[in-house]
Amino acid sequence: MARFVVRRLVGMVLVLFAVSVLTFLIFNVIPNGDPAVRMAGKNSTPAQIEQIRKEWHFDESLPQQYLFMMKQIFTGKLVSYSDQTNVWEQIRMGLPRTFALGIGAAILWMTLGILLGLYSAVKAGRISDRVLTVLALIGISMPVFWVGALMNYYLGYKLEWFPNGGYVEISEGGIGEWLYHLILPWTALAILFIGVYSRILRSNILDTINDDYVRTARAKGISERRVMTRHVLRNSLIPIVTLWGLDFGLVIAGGAVLTESVFDLQGVGQYFAEAIGRLDVPPVMAVTLLGAVFIVVLNTVVDIVYAVLDPRIRLG
Amino acid sequence: MASTDSAATDFSDDLPAELAAEERRAPAGTGPWRIALRRLRRNKVALAFGVLFLALVAVSLAAPIWAEEVAHTTPYQNRIADTITIDGEERNIVEFDGVPIGPTWHGEYFLGADRNGRDVMVRLLYGGRNSLLIGIGASIITMVLATLLGLLSGYFGGWLDWVISRCFDVMWAFPVILLGVALGVSLNISGITIGPLELESGSLWIPTVIIGIAYVVYLARPIRGQVLALREKEFVEAARAQGMGPWRIMLTELLPNLASTLLVFFPLIVANAILLEAALSFLGAGVQPPEPSWGLMISEGIEFLTSAPHLTIAPGIMLVLTVLALNIFGEGVRDALDPRAKIRLEH
Repeated sequence: MARFVVRRLVGMVLVLFAVSVLTFLIFNVIPNGDPAVRMAGKNSTPAQIEQIRKEWHFDESLPQQYLFMMKQIFTGKLVSYSDQTNVWEQIRMGLPRTFALGIGAAILWMTLGILLGLYSAVKAGRISDRVLTVLALIGISMPVFWVGALMNYYLGYKLEWFPNGGYVEISEGGIGEWLYHLILPWTALAILFIGVYSRILRSNILDTINDDYVRTARAKGISERRVMTRHVLRNSLIPIVTLWGLDFGLVIAGGAVLTESVFDLQGVGQYFAEAIGRLDVPPVMAVTLLGAVFIVVLNTVVDIVYAVLDPRIRLG
Repeated sequence: MASTDSAATDFSDDLPAELAAEERRAPAGTGPWRIALRRLRRNKVALAFGVLFLALVAVSLAAPIWAEEVAHTTPYQNRIADTITIDGEERNIVEFDGVPIGPTWHGEYFLGADRNGRDVMVRLLYGGRNSLLIGIGASIITMVLATLLGLLSGYFGGWLDWVISRCFDVMWAFPVILLGVALGVSLNISGITIGPLELESGSLWIPTVIIGIAYVVYLARPIRGQVLALREKEFVEAARAQGMGPWRIMLTELLPNLASTLLVFFPLIVANAILLEAALSFLGAGVQPPEPSWGLMISEGIEFLTSAPHLTIAPGIMLVLTVLALNIFGEGVRDALDPRAKIRLEH
């Protein structure tokens, strides 16, 4: 077991190294104009441009530039090319917002996904199951930024039930205001996953419902409700829980960029979106790496948990 | 629980056990493809949505006809300072405060204008062409690359498998949307030339290639797994014993066995590729203006959501209809070919 964990951890570090090199190359090999010229502005002299080039190490070789950037990332000294703000400070400001969005949405989609999936499976084939299936399919077919924009327009602007975007810190407006501003973003982000999860759970339940151990449980004479919750649901939930870990990682690692932009939550995703518009490489680099760390760590945790539960995986 | 009669009208309620039972009922010698086709034909909902998708493709292909014969304009023609006459009333296409005209329900400006005085209906149809072209093109790239990599890595194994699998690990760790946006933005600034492949900035090929590559790993991994299992089967061993080379075995022995997986994935990948295109265009990293696409139109419309909501609603509805049609048809194909297939895509 220890060897398995060590192997996974080493793999994790190598993957992250590769991701950082790739992201760096995307911006430094694809010709996208001279960053020094961009930073100097329109009315700059060649001497000024040369000065900036030296100051920001643009005149060095690619590997040296890469090392310089990684050093800055790990010492927390990375600054944006466009406004010279410290990237880590910006990320630290955005991260609680992204987590607030991601955690809330994840709780919402897990709860509703399980409830609707279970209901659908119990009512399989009936009208209510059909309706839920159609709704789930519509849910997974809608772009989140479109749903978010329409919610903002109809529920926020027209009916004035909800605020028109923005994020309020708990310390500023209290828990009520915080919740009030997050309900729409949570819902918009969760819709897709509710659709996915309820359908996976439904088919898992329908698969296990005919298994031998379920029949045995029924034969023992326990109530149908207990068979469902204690035997069927418990086993059907395992794949959903692992999926939940991975999807949560994806949402934090960039899936939230669209939702944040539409609702103007000023999280890490929106920071990324705004930086890319200015071709500001350091924030893009940092956010992508952070996202990859999140995905890789959660993937590794899921793998290890799985290996603990199921020894066959370790051998594979 | 779904009865066998009702199974004819739903799209994924067929329980695996029922499907297996049905397979046994079919007369001996009925091929798996024929059984699948029969199942799909019975699935009226999936077929109806398949037809809806084809209709949407046809409508988008007819964009030039509508533009020339009905709307008398092009998707790029700006008419900011112009007026049009509707039911004898002369109206500004774009008001002085910048608010464009809403749907007229007439030939010209059927769905209204955008802020540049361009015909939304015409742009919607041309945008559909672009969105579908990118979605389908990207999916074909995904299919080809994933099949090739999956076959190579699964069949040869060894160091090649190791290298390809580690590349998959890296791709897997990349947040798809961040990778897409980073590539899209930098490629669109000055384009790129890689050997014979020349991508000009603003070219539709840029989002197509990016999306095509982004989904490779989602398909290549299951294919590799299948090849690993198939490689040990007797018929492959027999082919090897006959002296068949590895390339011929891959092409004539393994590829036909992968066909059903590829078919199951294809419509669902197209659906997700169209959604990813919309997301990239929304963030400015996909289709570049003035070229229209549904995602870009939504992004341009959101600014005017309060004064001209039709700009956001119309392309969104087309997008949702297209993706929904593909998803439902795709599920029908999956249920017909391989009801237990586990598919995971992200957009």
